[in-house]
Amino acid sequence: MSDLDIRESVINGGLGQSPVRPDGVAKAEGSYEFSSDLSADNMLIGKTLRSPHQHARIIRIDTSDASAMTGVHRIITAEDVPGKATYGLIASDQPVFASDVVRYIGEPVAAVVADDEEICSRALEAIVVEYEPLTPLIDARLALDTDTPPIHPDGNVIREQNVICGDTTVIGDIVVEDHYTIGMQDQAFLGLESALAIPDADGAGVECHVATQWLHEDLGQVAACLDLPESSVRLVLGGVGGAFGGREDISLQVHVCLLALATGRPVKMHYSRSESFLGHVHRHPAQIWMRHHATKEGKLVKVEAEFVFDGGAYASTSSAVLVNAVTHAQGPYRCENAEVRGVAVRTNNLPCGAMRGFGVVQACFAHERQMDLLAHACGLDPIEIRRRNAMSTGDKLITGQVVESVAPVLQIIEGLERMPFPDDGNDVETHPYHRPGGAGNTTRASDVRRGVGYGVAIKNLMYSEAFDDYSTARCTLRDGVVTLKFATAEVGQGFITIAPQIARTTLGLEDVALESIDTGVGSAGSTSASRQTWMSGGAVEAACLKVRQLIFEHVASSTGSDPFALVIEGDSIVNTATGERQLMSEVVKGLEFDEEVEFRHRPTVPLDENGQGACHTAFAFVGHRAIVDVDVELGLVRVVEVSTVQDVGRALNPLSVTGQIEGGIAQGLGLALMEEIVQQDGRIMNPSFTDYLIPTIADMPPVVAELIEIPDPQAPMGAKGVGEPPTISSTPAIIAAIQDAVNQFGAGRSHLTRVPIRPSDITEALNSTRRD
Amino acid sequence: MPVAHPRSIGELTELLDEESHTVLLAGGTDFMVGLNHGSTRLAPDDLIVDLRLVAELSTVEVDYQQQVLRLGAGVRWDDLLTAPIAEIAPCLSQAARTVGSHQIRTAGTIGGNLATASPAGDGVCALVALDATLVLTSSRGQRTVAVSEFAIAPKKNVLERDEFIERVDIPITEGWQGYSKIGTRNAMVISVAGVAVVLSSESNTCRIALGSVGPTVILSTEASQFAGTTINWEIASITSADLETVVEMTRASATPIDDHRSTAAYRKHAVGVLTKRLIEQGLTTLRKSL
Ligand SMILES: Cc1cc2nc3c(=O)[nH]c(=O)nc-3n(C[C@H](O)[C@H](O)[C@H](O)COP(=O)(O)OP(=O)(O)OC[C@H]3O[C@@H](n4cnc5c(N)ncnc54)[C@H](O)[C@@H]3O)c2cc1C
Repeated sequence: MSDLDIRESVINGGLGQSPVRPDGVAKAEGSYEFSSDLSADNMLIGKTLRSPHQHARIIRIDTSDASAMTGVHRIITAEDVPGKATYGLIASDQPVFASDVVRYIGEPVAAVVADDEEICSRALEAIVVEYEPLTPLIDARLALDTDTPPIHPDGNVIREQNVICGDTTVIGDIVVEDHYTIGMQDQAFLGLESALAIPDADGAGVECHVATQWLHEDLGQVAACLDLPESSVRLVLGGVGGAFGGREDISLQVHVCLLALATGRPVKMHYSRSESFLGHVHRHPAQIWMRHHATKEGKLVKVEAEFVFDGGAYASTSSAVLVNAVTHAQGPYRCENAEVRGVAVRTNNLPCGAMRGFGVVQACFAHERQMDLLAHACGLDPIEIRRRNAMSTGDKLITGQVVESVAPVLQIIEGLERMPFPDDGNDVETHPYHRPGGAGNTTRASDVRRGVGYGVAIKNLMYSEAFDDYSTARCTLRDGVVTLKFATAEVGQGFITIAPQIARTTLGLEDVALESIDTGVGSAGSTSASRQTWMSGGAVEAACLKVRQLIFEHVASSTGSDPFALVIEGDSIVNTATGERQLMSEVVKGLEFDEEVEFRHRPTVPLDENGQGACHTAFAFVGHRAIVDVDVELGLVRVVEVSTVQDVGRALNPLSVTGQIEGGIAQGLGLALMEEIVQQDGRIMNPSFTDYLIPTIADMPPVVAELIEIPDPQAPMGAKGVGEPPTISSTPAIIAAIQDAVNQFGAGRSHLTRVPIRPSDITEALNSTRRD
Repeated sequence: MPVAHPRSIGELTELLDEESHTVLLAGGTDFMVGLNHGSTRLAPDDLIVDLRLVAELSTVEVDYQQQVLRLGAGVRWDDLLTAPIAEIAPCLSQAARTVGSHQIRTAGTIGGNLATASPAGDGVCALVALDATLVLTSSRGQRTVAVSEFAIAPKKNVLERDEFIERVDIPITEGWQGYSKIGTRNAMVISVAGVAVVLSSESNTCRIALGSVGPTVILSTEASQFAGTTINWEIASITSADLETVVEMTRASATPIDDHRSTAAYRKHAVGVLTKRLIEQGLTTLRKSL
């Protein structure tokens, strides 16, 4: 049982407080050791040779000249992979090294290990690979064509999933539809991929320090490719500089371990920014069609949708991303009838997979643009249309799943409506820097229109579709110190702050230490799907509760009291029968306990062919209001403010929650306005931060956040995951606000349907009028 | 890799002869990016010549007699943000403010911006509108080249192997100047389109330069001349029909391309809008001081 009155507790650094992150000062000072800072004595450097072709057959690889170079220790190709030739998160369809065919520009073909980076680069140039170019499959829609030859033995369709429910023949009084496009966003984490592999002295095993999201998943995949028992491979979390989904898949893990084992020396690999763009999966670009049916009063009666997700060359998590998209097509709105079709396909573009929001980002952009169309068609304002359709706890989703989570959608919408508006602030005196165009000095006060837009979202938490999702934690009490051990990847989200908070509040002991994060304990699952506070937090709490129970039993037996009468209050143990109170630090003197727990969330079920089934574990909700200034004539935008109301269950660490909200909104703003990997024939045209733009301080507005804290009965400590929701509906809110500004400026009525929106999309919208 | 640190123009000139393999390094904000990215590759015997200790290259000289502002090639963006340059050549100052981030403006130089010869060079665009002249120096002597003639293609300029940019001479004029730049984010972004306008109320001339809409920065000669002759300088005003013609001529002089940063159509549209706004703003300001 959780103590639901944790806010009452007075222990220093307990739940509900915002203690300083253990790594906070080091990160701020620049002294924190990221995985790219790792080094070892006698260390060699490894580098990857990548395919220059989108699709080609490998005729011949000649490494003889490169191998003969001074300073080069080994060159490995597919032939040197002793175990499984492929890896992958859901389907094992991605080769460690391409052997017969390359399927995207950037696919690894060989790796070299040498004394230093420069020699590596020259050796890579000296490797001769003869290719026979094949026709690339570039267009995701063509992948659906049965005439298109498969580019992979597993075929071109990664997954098809429909969600059909209710009466699909219903036609609404009001019908609105459009096509939506979402560009390929990158996680753009600042800490580039990096790993250090150290072979065991006997050469029979290896230790790999790596920045990853899920140590045990890596362990399984790496060991299989190395043909080593899992017990001979140890993974240790290297300092992670952000992840956002981009570290769920294997990148350099297998390569670096192979090179270390081949040379018997420590080997480090680290990617440059350009290589990083090739080395991890991205957010799926998507083509979405939606048609919404409503009554004249604006009540949704049916949602129709078609999703085409471009998965790129390998499957990664495409099938799960697709399921998230199709099952969230209705948004946080009640709707009884639906016909949703979705497909994730394989192409010769960059592989796509997990990124913060995981399929729901794409769906939400489309359903929120649709809600605005519907509002207009019904003559309602954007708040009112959402209010009329807001779902609540107990409602049935289009998958047939009943929403058991707390679903405060109405409170969110009404919270947004109540938010005060910031001052106009846009007078002639305002420095142009604060207007659209920013430092470019483009825009006068008279060129600016201010728009307001809204977005609301539902997001599933944790893994879905019958996945056996669990996390492990160990709690050891010795000498009055609580030590926690878990394999939960700290990627910046703050689990290493939350975990001790949980232990302090649960045990009434302040002194909490964390052990190294590695595979020396059971899996924690991935740091993704907004799941770690719930899952690993749940595991830590459960392990601490077990220890607490043992303490209670010890106290009860030594004092002859009833163990059920004992509770923790702050830093004390209290006998509720007698009112007796004693400091926990005194009570635990000389006590030693060690408990390990595997924590599971309740099971979910797979979807049937019509997309029916309680496939998701739980849900969180969020809404955003964006206020933007737009220079419509030039298509330039400045976001003035984003306000948000977020359903968090309970803010275990309010500062961390704020951090997730502000960071998530920045990423949502990035997708709305600028973040896109532009590919031309599979080649990245903007493979560095010169042209892959992420928001600067001149782009990111102040955020006003209101938290809805209704503890979720299913969630450990009542806390819902908070990491993904901020990213999801901030994007459509910003686009809706731009739309509002454009509508004020021009006659006619356009509909903005693409993210990221480009200045030319805005200027062209002025000249286009919707016909429906 | 050997690096030389000359301390004077004399030492520098000596180091650069036609046979030697020298590469010049100023702030390094273009050079190092190219090196790290692999687009610039050095041979082991290339000599890197660091310009930062050549004091003469960092001088700023205001010569009211000759009506000229002389900027050493090593003057950094940050130095351009304040007086006297911000007062004498405000459009160069505004261009400097749009460049990169604080870190880049502290390291990057005007000479490096010119030598890089990018059509997106913000400083270049302002200097073309300002009708600035470069002084190129070598052991063979000095020559002058108009900034508008200096770049001949993307990343190509008229410098000989043994030459360096010593300074840029900017005529001091009365009137109004402005620079605007469009990027897809509000700061630290490469120009998608840039426009510099210099209105000279002494000579009753207008110069319009366009960035990122051609292989080099473009001087819109026809539009400039038309504006110069149709502006009623006495009352600092232009009819809206004439301004529209200036805008159309500006657009016509642009030869932009579609690339990953934007489309040709948008760029043409944008240089027109910016030109219009700058001229309107300039004339409004001039009217106030009549
Ligand atoms: C993050 C970032 C943002 C940027 N943003 C902008 C921007 O907004 N606008 C913009 O215009 N540029 C921008 N740049 C490009 C760059 O900062 C500028 O072009 C800068 O002015 C280059 O000057 P530098 O002193 O650093 O040149 P360097 O990198 O040292 O040299 C560049 C080239 O010029 C040559 N060179 C340097 N000095 C001389 C000389 N005196 N004579 C002859 N040749 C010489 C060098 O040999 C080299 O080929 C940016 C760069 C970065 C990294």
